[in-house]
Amino acid sequence: MDQFAVKVFVRLRPSVLDPAGEATKSASIKLGAEGIKSLRIGKMIEVKIEGNGENEVRGKIDLLCDRLFANTVIEDYEYSLEKL
Amino acid sequence: MDNFTVGVVVFPGSNCDRDVSWALEGCLDIRTKYLWHESSDLSDVDAIVLPGGFSYGDYLRCGAIARFSPLINALDEFVKSGKRVLGICNGFQILTESGFLPGALVANKNLNFICDDVELDIVSSKGGWFNNVDEKQTIKLPIAHGEGRYHCDSDTLKKLVDNELIALRYKNNPNGSSFDIAGITNEKGNVLGLMPHPERACDETIGGTDGLFTLKSLILK
Repeated sequence: MDQFAVKVFVRLRPSVLDPAGEATKSASIKLGAEGIKSLRIGKMIEVKIEGNGENEVRGKIDLLCDRLFANTVIEDYEYSLEKL
Repeated sequence: MDNFTVGVVVFPGSNCDRDVSWALEGCLDIRTKYLWHESSDLSDVDAIVLPGGFSYGDYLRCGAIARFSPLINALDEFVKSGKRVLGICNGFQILTESGFLPGALVANKNLNFICDDVELDIVSSKGGWFNNVDEKQTIKLPIAHGEGRYHCDSDTLKKLVDNELIALRYKNNPNGSSFDIAGITNEKGNVLGLMPHPERACDETIGGTDGLFTLKSLILK
């Protein structure tokens, strides 16, 4: 069995308003940061997972992302995978 | 009402389950039974309410974890049989997360948790949930949510409009919902999800009775 470290990034789709991102952008500007054009907040999920090779693990992660980690009505996801 | 029994689902974190039961039993004389979320036996209930609250602490997304409970798995068969399911607030979020209703509910546009009475237009009475609310086309119900902004893509919205699946629209949209949507039904009409709380508007002494008819509609065939 191989073990992998997976980092999943879940983001609101561009068409979905992100009020928390807007509020954070506003605070960033108040802090004095210049030049911020856009700020959107997502989630990062770290998973350690075992499987027989990268393909099998990708299959499991795809299922998790599609059915649980992200709601694809409002969110997109991507992930990176590193063999340990 | 004979032996008609409404199952009120209890998740860890539900907090409107007792209100729903109080409104059904005390105001409408309809028998209720609490259903723990790990139960998948729905054989002795005739309709189901998914009440408001914060199931599983709203972890990940509102309703996302509740979707995987044994009870929600058993709900598919129940819905297909034509029996009625009412999802209120967190219950509505669970119904969208589990695919019984289209779209999703996301953070209110102004980020506030909004606790208020809102005026609602009855758009469609599909399923009979809002038939003849004393002939009124507008009702007033309480809302209490932080993540009640209904969102769907334009194709879904068109389908909702064309098939008369939009049950309620806010008169003064409080949360930024697409098309002012406050509640929708499935195509068959036996599943209704709404952000306002009809169970909190069942007695004049606590602010109105506009929620009574919707709860009473649970017993419709």
